[in-house]
Amino acid sequence: MTATLNIGLARASLETKLFFRQRDAVIFTFSFPIILLVLFGSIFEGDLEGTGITVAQLYSAGLIGAGVMGVAFQNLAIGIAIDRDDGTLKRLAGTPMPRAAYFVGKLVSSLVLAAIEVALLLAVAVFLFGLELPTDVTRWVTLVWVLTLGLAGAALLGIAVSNLPRNAKSASAVVSMPYVLLQFISGVYIPFTELPSWLNDVAAIFPLKWMCQGLRSVFLGDAGAALELTGSYELPKVALVLGLWLVGGLVLCLTTFRWTNRGES
Amino acid sequence: MTTAIHVRGLTKRYGEVQAVGGLDLDIHTGEVFAILGPNGAGKSTTVEILEGYRKRDAGEVSVLGVDPGQATSAWRARVGIVLQTANDAAELTVRETVRHFARYYPHSKDPDEVIAKVGLTDKAGARIRQLSGGQRRRVDVALGIVGRPELVFLDEPTTGFDPEARRQFWDLIRSLAAEGTTIVLTTHYLDEAEALADRVAVIAKGRIVAEGTPQTLGGRATASARVTWADGYAETDTPTALVRTLADKYDGEIPGLQIVRPSLEDIYLDLIGDAQ
Repeated sequence: MTATLNIGLARASLETKLFFRQRDAVIFTFSFPIILLVLFGSIFEGDLEGTGITVAQLYSAGLIGAGVMGVAFQNLAIGIAIDRDDGTLKRLAGTPMPRAAYFVGKLVSSLVLAAIEVALLLAVAVFLFGLELPTDVTRWVTLVWVLTLGLAGAALLGIAVSNLPRNAKSASAVVSMPYVLLQFISGVYIPFTELPSWLNDVAAIFPLKWMCQGLRSVFLGDAGAALELTGSYELPKVALVLGLWLVGGLVLCLTTFRWTNRGES
Repeated sequence: MTTAIHVRGLTKRYGEVQAVGGLDLDIHTGEVFAILGPNGAGKSTTVEILEGYRKRDAGEVSVLGVDPGQATSAWRARVGIVLQTANDAAELTVRETVRHFARYYPHSKDPDEVIAKVGLTDKAGARIRQLSGGQRRRVDVALGIVGRPELVFLDEPTTGFDPEARRQFWDLIRSLAAEGTTIVLTTHYLDEAEALADRVAVIAKGRIVAEGTPQTLGGRATASARVTWADGYAETDTPTALVRTLADKYDGEIPGLQIVRPSLEDIYLDLIGDAQ
């Protein structure tokens, strides 16, 4: 157990190092939400329907959710598909490395990347667009559990989805498509009030909508609740759905993970 | 002599295709054993079953006394695998990679010594992406031996090498063998098998069709020789007698004399030709 954890942490540091040495990956998953936040925050100014909530606030909450999902879901799913294709997984499977250490490494490195991502997004939102950080402890606690549950669920989902692409070349297309779609229907870019109700229903199945909803409760405060479809942030439901994704993602990972490319076992 | 690998009746099917059909194999501790065979003969399938990567359908397999179908991490620590086509960890340096892999093993060698042994000390700080193909395979070997394995699998290790890099790589394999490591080598190059292997097996259509030392494989030592001279040629089991007759005929030096026993390649092509 200790050995698994130690090797897992060593892998996490290796994975994080590898991530930052791949410039295209850094730009693709890491700076994308930051660039979008700067862009949207500059284009759209003003308040929403006299609630005193700025558009920049709204986008901060949405893009933090999308950013965490990008690091956990997209980056992991593509990264593992590449690991499967380039021989990393096969090589590891031939060593005495405890198999769980690989996943510990992936999860911990995602956690590190997500923490950096969130800190950078918050810094941009606060300094460029005057986002006010929450002052009461309850909201910080909400921020931490929403991000942790959301990250873990998205990461496990990413590990499971890494099985879908046939090879590394198709991975970014196969993985990015659902991620981008999800962002559009989950209230990251487009206000959900403008979506037909069936699209909102589809979004409600997936974790991103709930993660963003939890984040809005943190950054928009009580005044923003009126903007929600149900007039409430529904935090217990946020916890429930994200928790279910965590369990479902874990089951999917354990039942579907392959250490080699399709047709090689 | 103890046995490192013992295989009886190994069978593996992929759907309708019989990849390995009742294969028997014994590899002794400390020997360099080469497995030859054309693509699709069942060579890779066999080796991957021995490495614990694939499940077999039937047969008895023991590698270092353990069934690789039930591989434990203790067993994995005793086996080194040098993969054929890995291009992972491109952005890590040689030293970072070897050090990291050393952590997986309970009795690993000193990573810097391993890097020196594979001849990459000068490149230890370089990113793996920047290495040549030959240097890349040396990293693979370093990762395969850093855990102090008793048995090393090398899967077509010199494919794509230039002749000089191949010779240098052979010296590396010889030095591993000199330390008593058992080495199982698959290769397409018959000169490689001849240069390195104590014994050779030829796999065709999922079975071993011949097995022996490179010098005697397939009756090579006793096969008829081809004698060629300026005015003709002959296949004969008694080349010495023929040369004596010719020497008498020419009254001294025979013009354009050549005596050739079949090369390992000739024998190999005959063997796999018969099996097709």
